[in-house]
Amino acid sequence: VAAPHLLHDRPRRGPDERAGLWLGALVCAVLAFVLAMLVFVTREAWPSFHANGLHWFGSGGDVDRQIQAIFTSGDLRRTPVYTFHAWPLIWSTLLITGGAVVIAFVGSLFVAVFLVEFAPPWMRAVLQPVVRLLASVPSVVYGLLGVLVVVPFIGNHLISEPQKASVAHVISLSGYSLLAAVLILTVMISPIMVAVFSDGLRAVPRGWLEGSLALGINEWRTFWKIAVRTARPVLVAGTVLAIARALGEAIMLAMVSGAVGFAPKPQDGLIFFFEPSRPLAATILTNAEELTSPPMRDTLFAIAAVLLFSAVMLSFTGWAVKQPMKRYGVRA
Amino acid sequence: VSAVLERPTVEPKAPPPLRAPWRLRDRVGLGLAWGLGLLFCAITAAIVGYLLLQGLRYVRPSLLTTHPAAGFGEADTGGFLDPLVGTVIVGAMAMAIALPLGIAFGVWLSEWGRPFGLARLAESTVEMIAGTPSIVLALFGALIFQSGPLGFLSRTAGGVTFGRSFFAAAAMLSLVALPLVVASVREGLQAIPGHVREASYAVGKTKATTVRRILLPAARPQIVTGAMLGLGRVIGDTAIVVVLLGATMRMDPVGHTPVLSSLRGTGSTLTTYVFQNAPTGEGNQPHKAYAAAFVLLMIVLGLNVAAGLAGRRGKALRWT
Repeated sequence: VAAPHLLHDRPRRGPDERAGLWLGALVCAVLAFVLAMLVFVTREAWPSFHANGLHWFGSGGDVDRQIQAIFTSGDLRRTPVYTFHAWPLIWSTLLITGGAVVIAFVGSLFVAVFLVEFAPPWMRAVLQPVVRLLASVPSVVYGLLGVLVVVPFIGNHLISEPQKASVAHVISLSGYSLLAAVLILTVMISPIMVAVFSDGLRAVPRGWLEGSLALGINEWRTFWKIAVRTARPVLVAGTVLAIARALGEAIMLAMVSGAVGFAPKPQDGLIFFFEPSRPLAATILTNAEELTSPPMRDTLFAIAAVLLFSAVMLSFTGWAVKQPMKRYGVRA
Repeated sequence: VSAVLERPTVEPKAPPPLRAPWRLRDRVGLGLAWGLGLLFCAITAAIVGYLLLQGLRYVRPSLLTTHPAAGFGEADTGGFLDPLVGTVIVGAMAMAIALPLGIAFGVWLSEWGRPFGLARLAESTVEMIAGTPSIVLALFGALIFQSGPLGFLSRTAGGVTFGRSFFAAAAMLSLVALPLVVASVREGLQAIPGHVREASYAVGKTKATTVRRILLPAARPQIVTGAMLGLGRVIGDTAIVVVLLGATMRMDPVGHTPVLSSLRGTGSTLTTYVFQNAPTGEGNQPHKAYAAAFVLLMIVLGLNVAAGLAGRRGKALRWT
C-alpha cells in the first residue's frame, strides 16, 4: 500500500512558493542594484585615487584651484589633470560632523531621558510631536533660515571688525562659518538621536529599574545607572545614524558653511569658529554641473566613494553594536 | 524568662523617608533635562513661528498660480507654479515606485525570509540605503541615466545624453523613501500575532491569499504612516533634484507626446526653488524663497499630521 504522499511524489509548485520566489526575485533585484552602485561608484572613482595615491587624503595646495584645474583639463585637447588633495574638505567634514554630533549627543541624551522618564504627561504630549516635526523639516529650509537669520547674526554681532581685519588677507569672515554650520547641523540631527535613544530607553525592562528603586536609589540615579547603561548599544546605534545623516548633508552645509575650500585652523583661537570651509558632500553638490568633464567626474565620484564607504562602515558598526542588546532580550 | 521577653521599650524611630534623597548634582541634572527639553520646544516654535510670519508676509495666492519668469526684481519674477507641480509629480512618481517595492520587500522579509542569509543581507542592505547620502545616490543616478540603454528617458542632443528628467529624479528619490516603507511594513506585519495567520490557514487559505486579504489590510495604518513619512522625505530632498532634474526654472519638456514629454524633460521642485532663490543661489530673491519654504513646510507638516492620524487609527485595532 503506497503511503498517501507517494501518490503525489512530485508536488506542483503551489501559489505560496511562486509568490515567495517572485518577491525574493524582487528583493534580489534591489540587492543587485545596491551592489551595482558600490561597484560602479568605485570604478568611476578609481582614476582619481590611482593618480593621487594616499595623497588624495593629504593636504597641499589650494583645493579650489585644483578643482578648477581638473575641470578645465577635461577639454579634449589637454591631458587630464588629476592632482587633488582633499584634506581641507575632509577636515571641514570632520570638524562640522564631529562638533554637531558631540553637542547633539549630550543634548539628545538628556532630552531622551527627560522624555521617557521625567517629563510630566503634558510635556511628553508636546515633546513627542515636536521631535517628529523637527526631524521632518527639509534641510533646504534649515539652510534658508541659516543663510537669512543665523549667518547675518554671526557676521554682524559675534565677529568684531578687528577680527575680520586680522585675517582679511587670507579669508573673509562674513558669518558663513563653522559655528553656523555646527549649530544648524546640531538642530538637524538631534531629533534622530532623541527618537532612537528614547525607543531604546523605553525598552529597558521595568523590573530592573524597580529593583534599584527598591534599594533606595533615587529615580535620577537609577535611570542613569540602570537604563542608560543598558541602552548603551542603542546610544551608539543612534549616534551612528546621526553621523551618517551629518556626513551626507550637502544642501544645508553648501548654503551655510561658506563654500570655500579652506581648512579652519584651531591655532587661530576664537576666530577658528568663524572661519568658512566646505565639507565633502557640499563639494559634490556645488560642482555637480561639471560632471561633463571626465577628470572632474572621476574626482567627484572619488568623493562620493569616500562618503559611500563611510556610510557602509557606519551601518556595519550600527549592526555590530546592536548584537549584545539581543542577548539581553532587549529589542530596539 | 519574663526578663528576657521584656525588652526595654525603645522609642520607634522615624520611618525612613519614602523618597530616596536627591543630591544637588541630581537636582542640577534634572534641571538641565528640563531646560534642554524646553529648548527643543523653543527651537521648533521659533522655526515654525518665524516661517509662518514670513509666509504670511510674502505668500500671495497669485504666487501659486503663476509661472516663474526671468526678471530683475522680486516683482517681475513670477510665482512658483512649476516648482509646485514638479513637487507633486516627483512625489507621486517616487512613491509609485517605492510603495509597491517597499511592500514587496517588507512582506518577503517578514513572511518568507528564507534563506536566512539572504534575509539578513537584505536587511542590512536596506539599512545601508537609508545611510547612503542622497548626493551619492544622485551621482549614481546621473551615471546610469546618462548611459545608453536608459538614455531615452531624458534629453539627448548630438549623441550626448543629459540624464536629467523626472524619470531619473523619481527613480533615485524612490530609494530615499524605500527604507521607511520597508520598516513600516515589517513593523505592521510583526504586530499581527501568529494565531491570526493560523486562523486563515485553518480555513484553507494559502499564504499568498493570507498576506493579500488578511495581513496587508490589517497592517494598512502602519503602511500609510510609513508612506507619508517617506513622501515627506522625498518632497524635502534637494540634492537628488538639483543633480537629476536639472532645476530649470520652468518645466522644459522634451518632444511632443503630451505627458511623456514633460516627464522626460527637466523641471524643478519647491526645494530647488528655495535653494536657487536663497542668497547663496543664483536667483537670490529671499522673499520668494521664504514664501516657497513656507509652502514646502506646510506640505511636510500636513503629511506629518496625516501620518500621525493614520498611526493613531492603527492603535485602535487590537488583537487579543
